[in-house]
Amino acid sequence: MAEATQTGTGAGGGLELAEIGKDLAITALLGAAIFGSTIAFKTETATGGLSLVLRFEEAFFVIAAVVIGRLILLLTVWRRPGGTDRTFVPQALQTRYTEFLAKTGKAFVPIVLLFAVVFPFLPFTDRYLLDLGILILTYVMLGWGLNIVVGLAGLLDLGYVAFYAVGAYSYALLAQYFGLSFWICLPLAGILAAFWGIILGFPVLRLRGDYLAIVTLAFGEIIRIVLLNWYEFTGGPDGLSGIPRPSFFGIPFKRGEGGFADFFGLDYSSIHRIIFLYFLILVLALITNFVTIRLRRLPIGRAWEALREDEIACRSLGLNTVSIKLTAFATGAMFAGFAGSFFATRQGFISPESFTFIESALILAIVVLGGMGSQIGVVIASVAMIGGFEIFREAEQYRMLIFGLAMVMIMIWRPRGLISTREPSIFLKEKKSVSADMVAQGEGH
Amino acid sequence: MEYFVQQLINGVTLGSIYGLIAIGYTMVYGIIGMINFAHGDIFMVGAFISLIVITALGLAASSSIFIIILALILVLVCAMIISSVFGWTLERLAYRPLRGSFRLAPLITAIGVSIVLQNYIQISQGARVKPLQPIISGGHTIMRRVDENGEFVVQISNMQILIITVTIVLMTVFSLIIARTSLGRAQRACEQDRKMASLLGINVDRTISTTFVMGAALAAVAGLMYLLYYGVIDFYIGFVAGVKAFTAAVLGGIGSLPGAMLGGLVIGLIETLWSAYFSVEYKDVAAFSMLAIVLIFLPQGLLGKPEVEKV
Repeated sequence: MAEATQTGTGAGGGLELAEIGKDLAITALLGAAIFGSTIAFKTETATGGLSLVLRFEEAFFVIAAVVIGRLILLLTVWRRPGGTDRTFVPQALQTRYTEFLAKTGKAFVPIVLLFAVVFPFLPFTDRYLLDLGILILTYVMLGWGLNIVVGLAGLLDLGYVAFYAVGAYSYALLAQYFGLSFWICLPLAGILAAFWGIILGFPVLRLRGDYLAIVTLAFGEIIRIVLLNWYEFTGGPDGLSGIPRPSFFGIPFKRGEGGFADFFGLDYSSIHRIIFLYFLILVLALITNFVTIRLRRLPIGRAWEALREDEIACRSLGLNTVSIKLTAFATGAMFAGFAGSFFATRQGFISPESFTFIESALILAIVVLGGMGSQIGVVIASVAMIGGFEIFREAEQYRMLIFGLAMVMIMIWRPRGLISTREPSIFLKEKKSVSADMVAQGEGH
Repeated sequence: MEYFVQQLINGVTLGSIYGLIAIGYTMVYGIIGMINFAHGDIFMVGAFISLIVITALGLAASSSIFIIILALILVLVCAMIISSVFGWTLERLAYRPLRGSFRLAPLITAIGVSIVLQNYIQISQGARVKPLQPIISGGHTIMRRVDENGEFVVQISNMQILIITVTIVLMTVFSLIIARTSLGRAQRACEQDRKMASLLGINVDRTISTTFVMGAALAAVAGLMYLLYYGVIDFYIGFVAGVKAFTAAVLGGIGSLPGAMLGGLVIGLIETLWSAYFSVEYKDVAAFSMLAIVLIFLPQGLLGKPEVEKV
C-alpha cells in the first residue's frame, strides 16, 4: 500500500538507478510511518489499563515486502521509454484482452446459461457447491437489480440492501403474523420493496449523483437501525427465526405421505429442497435479467439510459426526470424485495446483521466491477467475488482486507469494469458495440 | 433549564469533533468534487495512533499537569503526522490514478479504501474495543440549583474546555491558511477552475495532495479528542462519525470552512438533544434524517453558494 508514485524518467529511456533508489527510499519511509506505527505497536487490554505489544519483526517484513514489490513493479510493469505516459497495464495487453472478449463473447452467454441449468445434476456437485451456487445466484440477481438503478439510470444507490431487508422482513413478518405462504408473499415482498423505493426515492431523487449516494446510504442505515431497535415488531438484534420453508407449489418437502418425494415417486432426500431453491433463484434471476433486457427496449428503458448520459438534455426534451428516476429506483427495489424474500425462506432466520452497509458495497462492487450496464459482467463479477470469498474462507480475518484491496485495484486497472463495451439498444442500419470509454457517462446528474 | 444547558455544552463538544472531521470532507469536495468516503476512517486511524502513543508514553491522570500538556502535544503531533502520511498515500495510490475518470469511479475506490483501512486496523490492532483511562479529569460548576427534586448542577469539564479551545484555535489557523497564504490561494484557485489554475503555473497535483494532508491532520486531531472524551475506540468508529461529519459538511454548505464548523455544531446539538429528550437508540436516525431533510430543502447548505448547472 505504501507506494509513492513519484517516478521520473531518464532522458534516453528507462529509469535511472538513482531515481529508483530515491523512489524506494520514499516508499520505505512511508511504509515505516504507516506500518511501523500500526503493526509494530499493538495495544492490548491488560490489568490496570493498556499495554503495548511490540512486533518489530512483522512490521519489518511488511515494509520489506512493500519495498521489494515496488522495486519489481518499477523494473517490469512501469518500465517504459521516456516521454510516454505510464499506464497501469500495457496497451498491448489491453487490446488483446478486448479482442479476447469480443471472440468469446458470443458463445459465452449460452454456455454459462447451460452450465447453470445442468449444474445441480453434475456428478461432482455436492451440498456445499449447491449452497455456493445459490449464494452466487442471489448476488447475481441483486447485481442485476442494482444494475437497473446504477448501470441503466446512472443513479448511485449505496443503500440498496435496505430494499433487500424490506423484502426479507416482509416475508418473515407476513408469514409470522398472517401465516401467508411463500408464493403469496413473494410478489407482496416485491411490491412492498418497490413502495419503499418510491417513498424513499421521491424526496431525494432531485439530488445530484454523489449527494444521492450519501442519502441512500443514510436511508439504508436508518432502516437497519429501526429493524435493530423496534424490538416488539422485528425482534431487534435477535432477528426472526422459524421462517417457513418454501413448498413445491404447495407440496411440502417432507418425508413420507404427501411430501415432494412421495408425490413424484422418488426416494426422500434433503437435497431435493436445495435443488429446488437453486432453480427458484435461477428463475428469479433470469426473470430479472429478462425484464431488464425488455425494459431497455421500451421507451422507459431508453429514457433511463438517456438520463444516465445527460440529464439536462433529457429535461429539455420534455422528459419528466423525477418519474423516470422513480421507476428505475422502484424497479430495482422490487427485484431486491424478491431476492430478500428468497433469502428469508432459504435461511429460515434473518436479523439486521445481514443487511449492513458492507452488503450494499459488495453488491455495488459486483455491478461496477462487472461493468456498469453489462448483464454478463455482473455474472462474472459475482462468481469472482463470491467465489473469491470462499477461496479466502480459510483466511477469515484477511478476506475483507483483500476484498477492499481488490476493489481499489480493479477500479484503477479498469475503471469501467471488466466488460466495458456497450450494446446499443437502437441503431441505424447496423449494430455496433460502443466502447464505454467513448462516452462520458455515469455522471448521474 | 439546567438540564438543557448541560446538554447544550455536551452538544457543542460533540459538534466540535464533527466539525473538525467535516473540514476534511468539505475541503476535498471543494477542490476535486469527490466524497472522500475514507475520511472517517482516517479519523479512526488518528484515534488509534493517539492511543498507541499515549500507551507508549505511559500517560496517566496522576502525572503532573505540565507533563500531561507536553505529552498531549507530542501525541497530537505524532497522530497528525502519521495520519497525514496515510491521507497522502491514499490520495496518491487510490485517487490520483482515477482523476479525470468518470465521476463515480473515485467514490467507489474510496469505499474500497475505507474497507481496507477498517480491516487493516482490525487485523493489526485487534477487533476488541480499546478502553483508555481518563487522563484529563476535573471540571467547573457553572450553574447550581436546589429544589424539591434535589440538586441539579451544570458542569463543564476540563476535557470539554480543551476540545472547544483546540477546535477554535485550529479553525482560526486553518481559515487564515486558506485566506492569507499562497497555498490557500492555490487551493481556492483549483477549486474554481483546475485547468486554468494549472495554466497559471499552480501545481494542481501538489495542491490536491496538500488538501488531503490538511484534512487528514485535522481528522487526527478529532480522533485524539474523541479518544480522550469518550475513552473507548474501536475500528468501526470512523464509519458513523464519517457519515455524520459529511452531513455536517453538507448542512453547512459544502466547500465552506465556517460552514463545516457550523454544520458540525448543529449536528452535534441535534444528536445530543435528541438523545436527551427522545431516545438514545434513534440518535443516528435523527442525524441521518437531518441529512436528507437538508439536502431536499436546502441543497446548497447554510453557508454555501447555490450550484449552477452547466451543460
